Amino acid sequence: MSESLGAVLSGHATLLFLALTLGAWALAVALWQAGGRHALLNPTLVAIALVAAALAATGSDVARYQAETSVIHLLLGPAVVALAVPLFRHAPAVAARAVPLAVALVVGAVLNCVVALGVLAALGGTAATLVSLAPKSATAAVSMAVSAETGGIAALTAVVTILAGIVGAVAGPALLDRLGIADPLARGFGIGLASHGIGTARAFQESEAAGTASGLAMGLNAVLTALIVPVVLRLLGLLP
Amino acid sequence: MPQAFLLLVSLQLAGDVASRLAGLPVPGMVIGLALLFAILCLRARRLGRERAVPAGLAAVAGGLHATLGLLFVPAGVGILAHLPLFAHEGPAILAAVVASTLAAIAVTAAIAARRRARTRGPAMLPAEARR
Repeated sequence: MSESLGAVLSGHATLLFLALTLGAWALAVALWQAGGRHALLNPTLVAIALVAAALAATGSDVARYQAETSVIHLLLGPAVVALAVPLFRHAPAVAARAVPLAVALVVGAVLNCVVALGVLAALGGTAATLVSLAPKSATAAVSMAVSAETGGIAALTAVVTILAGIVGAVAGPALLDRLGIADPLARGFGIGLASHGIGTARAFQESEAAGTASGLAMGLNAVLTALIVPVVLRLLGLLP
Repeated sequence: MPQAFLLLVSLQLAGDVASRLAGLPVPGMVIGLALLFAILCLRARRLGRERAVPAGLAAVAGGLHATLGLLFVPAGVGILAHLPLFAHEGPAILAAVVASTLAAIAVTAAIAARRRARTRGPAMLPAEARR
């Protein structure tokens, strides 16, 4: 007795969704290269759109897709630990710039949080949304934990964290070009501070130095965000 | 290669355990990063070779970082499941994220690019020279 194709395929959902994701990524990278590495063809953004379209076309459940592709997400941990390798290679250059980088980290992190809350409040954002947006520039694991701790909506924080990553990865390099900031360390540090891992992926496309600085800013800002967001929210009267 | 992966996974695990037990506001993977950095420093000192990284570890790290963007695809697709959250305040949220992200990138990079004579460091060497 042979099974129907549909039944066989649904038993291989993990492989199907993995193939879909890897295929979408390969196609997105090919498009990006064919399009002269245009910022709007950011491979992460295009691959997300391709997978989303495929899921919508086949009526697949997004939560099921995420569960079945968790192995890809799991690799993020080792990838972050491995940032120690390029950081070690570039340590002398980073150490020589420790003071400006430290100042940039603190000013950038506070400004990021204050601008986000200011714009949102001016446009009539509710308190729960304000709290949910405050930690958005920390890497997702941290931003969601901080959001939950301070009474935000963790799911909304997850979404705006990804959004902050995509915005910085797509528009950040062009903005820095316009400002005439060419130094790879400075470029990467700015992108990583605001746009964590997705920005770091973009920075590694520029150079190893930019990617390293981005990864460093991501790690440092994860810690700093966890420390300053509750303080900023308390100062603004959003936390008791 | 397997040894390199074992090292990365073990350090992440150690970082996670340390983060939980000590109640630190730092994710385990970031502690793992710091531990690996310390290990590389100690190893280079023992070997007497500055900036030396085991070949297998360098290869795994290079591969992971070259495809880092792929690792965010499942999480990005997850945004779809939460679109209703944007129903009411969508435009305001979008404006806040775009404005704050771009402002932070510009200001952070501008400060980081400042060099004074005293803090001027050696020029960044090309990556290949370090390999």
